[in-house]
Amino acid sequence: MTLEKLHLEHVPDDYRVYVGLFKGVTNAGHLQSQLVARNADYEYAFIDASSVLSRLQLIGAVYKALSVLLDGTIKTPNVHSEIVCSLSPSNNISEAYRRWGITATTKDIIIVKVLFPTETRAELPSAEDVWQHITENVHGAAVPFSDDELSQCTDWPKVRKYYKLNGAPALDGKGEEEKIREMSLLALGAMALRGI
Amino acid sequence: MLRCLLTNLETYAKRKISFTMTAATTSAPSTVEHEFPPPKVLLYPSSTAPQLITQGAEGRLYKTTYLFPSIPCALKYRPPKPYRHPTLDARLTRARILAEARVLVKCRRDGVPVPAVYCVDEGAGWLMMEWVEGVPVRMGINEWLGERVRDGEEVEEEEGREQKGALVDLMRRIGDAVGRLHKTGVVHGDLTTSNMMLRPTRESSGERGGGRDKVLEGDIVLIDFGLATQSTSEEDRAVDLYVLERAFGSTHPRAESLFDEVLNGYRAAFKQAGQVLKKLEDVRMRGRKRSMLG
Repeated sequence: MTLEKLHLEHVPDDYRVYVGLFKGVTNAGHLQSQLVARNADYEYAFIDASSVLSRLQLIGAVYKALSVLLDGTIKTPNVHSEIVCSLSPSNNISEAYRRWGITATTKDIIIVKVLFPTETRAELPSAEDVWQHITENVHGAAVPFSDDELSQCTDWPKVRKYYKLNGAPALDGKGEEEKIREMSLLALGAMALRGI
Repeated sequence: MLRCLLTNLETYAKRKISFTMTAATTSAPSTVEHEFPPPKVLLYPSSTAPQLITQGAEGRLYKTTYLFPSIPCALKYRPPKPYRHPTLDARLTRARILAEARVLVKCRRDGVPVPAVYCVDEGAGWLMMEWVEGVPVRMGINEWLGERVRDGEEVEEEEGREQKGALVDLMRRIGDAVGRLHKTGVVHGDLTTSNMMLRPTRESSGERGGGRDKVLEGDIVLIDFGLATQSTSEEDRAVDLYVLERAFGSTHPRAESLFDEVLNGYRAAFKQAGQVLKKLEDVRMRGRKRSMLG
């Protein structure tokens, strides 16, 4: 099972966050149609991995979505859509879906599942249940959600454009690894401000 | 117009309050902590308990963690002010948190050494940013000066100058950081040696200097942008430098003579330094406030 459980700081213990990375997915169109149809069984954050820089950046988006969920100030239908929107440096929700969500042609997908107890669902499904549902429905190769795997999926020119990183003096004269780290930090800052 | 007036009134009230608050903090810090609860975000579980680092009139700084136990972060919180009308309070807090975050993000992108912004909740009044390791420049300089005294009180002036190499270098690095800040169109508003950190370099504890000079090593990181504004006016920039100069004069009188080195570093980093330094002459003549009447 290559589904990773994240323990995030400043998040209550009964909130569970799972994240996985799938490469060469062949049925992204089907997954997207289920999201559009609001099929409750497909309540995941499906994220186009080519638009993501690093683990840090993605997990930062997850935390941001969780913090507004806890705060009760969520602006999109649920925490999963909120994660997708948290990746955007602007407040435009449909643009966020277009850029960070999946389309029929998306090949590499990051999947995030957030589970928390509600009045109607006191008993949470186990990690195995989640994993089983994902592997039955996502047709692709599961790989570890690591910076190495992720950087192979990233479309660098696209990401640089999305976060307005072209020509940023902060990136001058830095080594490859250091550059990705700095880009992630700049992206986190842009996401935190989302254009306001 | 009304808004402007309200803000002015509020600033006035704040100054008066800040005075009493400082007095209260020094006498009984524990009760103060008890009186003002931390923001809600810090009440959720974390691997290490958030630590209150400082408390100013405007806000409080906690050390806590971001995402994982391995990533320390600074959380700046502006608590609601009971003496302010709630609507006005919410609006001011929101505006100030956002202004600070915007300035930090802009600086970071332009390569000015400042902490990265991790997360902002302007409604709740907090800002999470990168934790900067190391000590304030103030502490580094004082430690260095202190050890010089202990080494042998009356160092000959000639010899002293030679030994000041490490301090001269530090002053230039400070000037460089401030120059880059101004180049990007931001003035800090409260430049002191307490608002600059000396962050140990990655490959740290190098061979350079060694011994006493070690306390002056590290990268300069500018912090506390609570009073920063986006401005490109020579006047504002000159006032920034003036405030720093005065801060040097009062905290490190024995290093004051080296302030010119800060200006040298500033000149090297910032093309328009010439005009600013000319303005600085004017500011020195009259003080920080442009409109001093009577």
